[in-house]
Amino acid sequence: MSEVKKIATRDSYGRALKELGENHEDVVVLDADLGNATKTLIFQKAFPERYFECGIAEANMVTVAAGLSTMGLVPFASSFAMFAAGRAFEQVRNSIGYPHLNVKIGATHGGISVGEDGASHQCCEDFALMRSIPGMTVMCASDDVEVKAMVKAAYELDGPVYMRFSRFATPVYHAEDYSFEIGKGETVVDGSDIAIIANGILVPEAIEAAKLLRADGISARVINMHTIKPLDDELVLKAAAECGRIITLEEHSIIGGLGEAVCSLLSEKLPTLVKRIGIDDRFGHSGPAGVLLKEFGLCADNISAQAKRLVERQ
Amino acid sequence: MTIDEKKELQLHAVAVREGILTSAHGAGAGHPGGSLSAADMFTYLYFREMRVDSKNPKNPNRDRFVLSKGHTAPGLYSVLAERGFFPKEDLPTLRHIDSYLQGHPNMHTVPGVDMSTGSLGQGISAAAGMAKGAKYLGSDINTYTVLGDGELAEGQVWEAAMFAAHYKLDNFCIIVDLNGLQISGETEKVMNTKPVDEKFASFGCDVVEIDGHNFDDMESAFERFHENHGSGKPTVILMHTVKGKGVSYMENNVEWHGKAPNDEEYERGMAELAAIRAELEVGV
Repeated sequence: MSEVKKIATRDSYGRALKELGENHEDVVVLDADLGNATKTLIFQKAFPERYFECGIAEANMVTVAAGLSTMGLVPFASSFAMFAAGRAFEQVRNSIGYPHLNVKIGATHGGISVGEDGASHQCCEDFALMRSIPGMTVMCASDDVEVKAMVKAAYELDGPVYMRFSRFATPVYHAEDYSFEIGKGETVVDGSDIAIIANGILVPEAIEAAKLLRADGISARVINMHTIKPLDDELVLKAAAECGRIITLEEHSIIGGLGEAVCSLLSEKLPTLVKRIGIDDRFGHSGPAGVLLKEFGLCADNISAQAKRLVERQ
Repeated sequence: MTIDEKKELQLHAVAVREGILTSAHGAGAGHPGGSLSAADMFTYLYFREMRVDSKNPKNPNRDRFVLSKGHTAPGLYSVLAERGFFPKEDLPTLRHIDSYLQGHPNMHTVPGVDMSTGSLGQGISAAAGMAKGAKYLGSDINTYTVLGDGELAEGQVWEAAMFAAHYKLDNFCIIVDLNGLQISGETEKVMNTKPVDEKFASFGCDVVEIDGHNFDDMESAFERFHENHGSGKPTVILMHTVKGKGVSYMENNVEWHGKAPNDEEYERGMAELAAIRAELEVGV
């Protein structure tokens, strides 16, 4: 894939915010001293009067965003996933989730692909935390094109939204005319022996895995499940019915994320063999993102090996 | 403020206190102590200070109020009912299974409530967001919030104070109810938050100290708040109060932080308030 354009979705986020700001005057952006890393400074440069630096105080930032939303503004509050979803969880729960306010949380630096900063900054728990809040929409973007569509859709949705973006540059695999809908997964590769339901920057890895599997005569379907909540039940059930085996793939703990959301649905509606690929119940550590992803099995080789094992089991 | 105007406020305050007792009694729970200490402030805010319209509670140009010490919802509900936002007859349904009067303020179920609160330390941040929003929109809306002194132990309060001063939110009025007691005892012993005045001043706020049961004091404090517009400084009103104020057996008694009066205690409290009303009405 060396000739494919690679962009970190955090960069896309900054640009998407700026584009949104150009079209909507009610968009305001908040950050907690990380605008250079979350890329919200791209918005700040274009609209300084609509950018509210909150300093290193995430709890206050998300609650200020709640207050701003009651004034008819549409705040996008940004920080690293660890702090936006982790540190400020209870503020998000009580001051945004409970009153169902129109606040968008743009969290960058999700997962272990944060890399060298190490475990303290590698948030692998944000999906679990955010999807446990009633009424919260939870999404994870898979490439540059999707970010643009996701940010726009988040603006158009009236209610709280959590979006996760990445620090690591990954392939742009969507065409510009990609049509995105919150809560509707996308079948990226068709297949019938097994379905890989993935999200975020691991979708391109799943596509690669499907290619490897095809060479071995296994037809793998790849679904980009950008919205973790509300989950596209219909698409998951269809995949389970047609493929019979499921792999879930996410840069998140196997506890509480996409994998568990899929398992919860299937165990009640259509019991199906599922292998969850994600971060096992342990912390990450420092290292280059690409190396870490391989170490934790979040790469095409391991995905295809696991898929093969699952197909051979029946 | 004329004598008659003051008397009118005092009569409203008696009614607000009666509503607090009635709702806590009806709920068999709730937080009467901190509701009563702030009852005079609630009264002043809703009957003299804030621009609100009970017939149009969502009027976008209204001033905003956030009860950061959300557990004193009975006080807020009582003043909203007294001001006509909803029927007083509903107050005894506080905390009931089928009531819109939730245990802590809910902005979607209770007319007149501008922010859902209850988790301490968050209301002041939400209110700061409203004040920041009003500034950004170029609106003359004022935002008010009331905190408890025990609440000041929450670190987020100081994040919010820093934010308010940094963004020169001189349209923002932070009121602290210094009744000196919190659920586990004296605030000074549980976690000393003093000196409160110096703390807020050092964060860049203009601090005024008043007797929280004196309407003349409130009038001059809010005059100062209005004079502060353009100064770039948020106003902090520290009001010294008596927890349980107006009901003798509740006054300065931490036991009444989160307890409802039984039938006998309720009758006795209502009789005391009726006596205060009768005394006030003599002069009307």
